[in-house]
Amino acid sequence: MLAAQQRPRLIDERGLRTDGRRPDELRPIRIELGVLKNADGSAIFEMGNTKVIAAVYGPKEMHPRHMALPDRTVLRVRYHMTPFSTDERKNPAPSRREIELSKVIREALESAILTELFPRATIDVFMEVLQADAGTRLVSLMAASMALADAGIPMRDLIAGVAVGKADGVLVLDLNEAEDMWGEADMPIAMMPSLNKVVLFQLNGTMTPEELRQALELAKKGIAEIYQLEKKAIKEKFVEVS
Amino acid sequence: MNLPGQIFVMDQQVVCPGDLLAEGDFEIPWSPYIYKESNRYYASVVGVVDVKNGTFTVIPLKGSKYWPRVGDTVLGMVEEIELYGWTVDIRAPYPAYLPASSLLNRPITAGEDLRRYLDVGDYIVAKVEVFDRTTNPILAVRGSDTGKVTDGTVVSISPSKASRLIGRNRSLLNTLVSMTGCHLMVYPNGMIHMRCPSSAQEEAIKGAISLIEIEQESRISDLTEKVRRFIASKLGETNASSSAEA
Repeated sequence: MLAAQQRPRLIDERGLRTDGRRPDELRPIRIELGVLKNADGSAIFEMGNTKVIAAVYGPKEMHPRHMALPDRTVLRVRYHMTPFSTDERKNPAPSRREIELSKVIREALESAILTELFPRATIDVFMEVLQADAGTRLVSLMAASMALADAGIPMRDLIAGVAVGKADGVLVLDLNEAEDMWGEADMPIAMMPSLNKVVLFQLNGTMTPEELRQALELAKKGIAEIYQLEKKAIKEKFVEVS
Repeated sequence: MNLPGQIFVMDQQVVCPGDLLAEGDFEIPWSPYIYKESNRYYASVVGVVDVKNGTFTVIPLKGSKYWPRVGDTVLGMVEEIELYGWTVDIRAPYPAYLPASSLLNRPITAGEDLRRYLDVGDYIVAKVEVFDRTTNPILAVRGSDTGKVTDGTVVSISPSKASRLIGRNRSLLNTLVSMTGCHLMVYPNGMIHMRCPSSAQEEAIKGAISLIEIEQESRISDLTEKVRRFIASKLGETNASSSAEA
């Protein structure tokens, strides 16, 4: 009973969420490319209160040499949360969770980057979560994807992703912190939208098969919206002046 | 004209990775900037499409790496001295190797001090002789336009903007040369070698290069005119024309 008292109402009587959004509404997004001078490519990706900076170095020679692969590029990916990203100080040492997310993000990026173009080389991708408010793995992945585009590394497609969850029995797009903590399900999905391929798919919690199908449709709708914003962010740097 | 498929992009259009370029079966040369899945062609980088005579290519707008091509003449910096040659940084993902026998035109005896000919930090102009997926680029010094850089100044620009610095039909490069009187060589790996009559001209060219480096500017179609105005404001019209005669 105590838990029920602490748990806030996630959907109010008007059908709106804790931050006033409709169930199928995304948080505001801001994307900026080329924010770091020393990196080959970089980007800041903000989704609501979640803020991630990503930096890409390479492709470059692999050291130590024996770790290089003869047929493709080795991706070295680090997802990390800064100590000040959460409301209570986070120990900066890489946690079990961060190591796992680094792997999940690396596998998503490996399916997007044309790694076979640069055999024996390596690409380093760093992501620092500056502010965490649910959805950091997807925002990190998208920040990395934008930084890779900024670095001019050939990719099959840009990556766009969004989480769909269940809060008070309602399917909601792009979870916020409260829904992440108290909701019944959290399903992050990332795709290469123009190829219609999924690069990351996880599910925490429970959903019926019908809910899963609906959630997938909802996610696709959100992803299409984010994809347009990503393209806009890249292209607006190259406005043609004639 | 009977096209082998349909092209969905316009000439000079800016594309992002994943943008659908065309559908069908085109005979286009292999390019890392185009990705083909079944019969659909997608762009793989941020770039500009060049549509001509029913074919298309993507020219990248981003990229700090040079992709070596056999036959290219590049300018690199010596990074390391080895037993029989030098490791040269040519701004590629891979280190290039220059055998000493190629530079000295004679066999090398073991234990010879190669530092006497080329030291770490020296610049060298050489041709890419061998390069493929399995081997690192090997350089060769052949012809009068190659060899150690002994005078002038070396500056750099992103390799993706080197062709922009040259301009269509060398228009931009010719403008820079005629206005400043400098001798300018632009290499495809983004390295620039210049020999100027004085430091004022050198500074003006450096300024013009950083103007081109700022990416938004690279898309302006009258970049040549803009650079001309910049140089004129730096050097003054009289100075510019008099040095051109020199």
